[in-house]
Amino acid sequence: MAEKKKTNIILFSGEYDKAMAAYIIANGAAAYDHDVTIFHTFWGLNALRKDEKLRPQKSFMEKMFGKMMPRGAKNLPLSKMNFAGMGPKMIKSVMKKHNAMPVEDLIDMAKEQDVTLLACTMTMDLLGIKQEELIDGLEYGGVAAYIAEGEDGAVNLFI
Amino acid sequence: MEIAKTLDAKGLACPMPIVKTKKAIDDVDSGEILEVQATDSGAKSDLAAWTKSSGHELVDTKEEDGVYTFYVKKG
Repeated sequence: MAEKKKTNIILFSGEYDKAMAAYIIANGAAAYDHDVTIFHTFWGLNALRKDEKLRPQKSFMEKMFGKMMPRGAKNLPLSKMNFAGMGPKMIKSVMKKHNAMPVEDLIDMAKEQDVTLLACTMTMDLLGIKQEELIDGLEYGGVAAYIAEGEDGAVNLFI
Repeated sequence: MEIAKTLDAKGLACPMPIVKTKKAIDDVDSGEILEVQATDSGAKSDLAAWTKSSGHELVDTKEEDGVYTFYVKKG
């Protein structure tokens, strides 16, 4: 069989709708038999946080960041019409009606389809996010790890 | 037309019809027909594009009461 095509997505944004787009594309590409990698950097890391309060050793600034940023895909705001948290509630009820999968389920589905979920260690350090705060099954890397996948990607996206 | 397997993807939204079709096609042998039923209106172009790109053949499609049925021959 011919070598698999590759799809590479950089998830930079930390909003529910953007994460949803990234994960729908990732799952679709996996169904196309692509090797798929999602590189999570900056606010995109928040989609991977566990929805529980953990108390790893952190500096004051890191603690502040940790408190201000949403914990996990379920708690992400919308990029438009957030209305202080009402927007996500509204969109989730509409999604339910249309049988669209919530982002947290799309993440599980992506894992099931062997999508590589890569977390950027440099921005984890900047934002004070520790490995134990992120969900299981991730890989950790930097720009080189992304480029290694991206240089022969058939689809490369920055979201 | 002899159908080896039927996939019920009715009511599922994008990207699930294609994800489930991919899983289902792994269960049939080359040359066999997979029947896929879906209600997502995007499935029509999705299935056509997917079969073409994955080396399968879309033998026939029909639409009845908002249900799309696709017959995919595994390549």
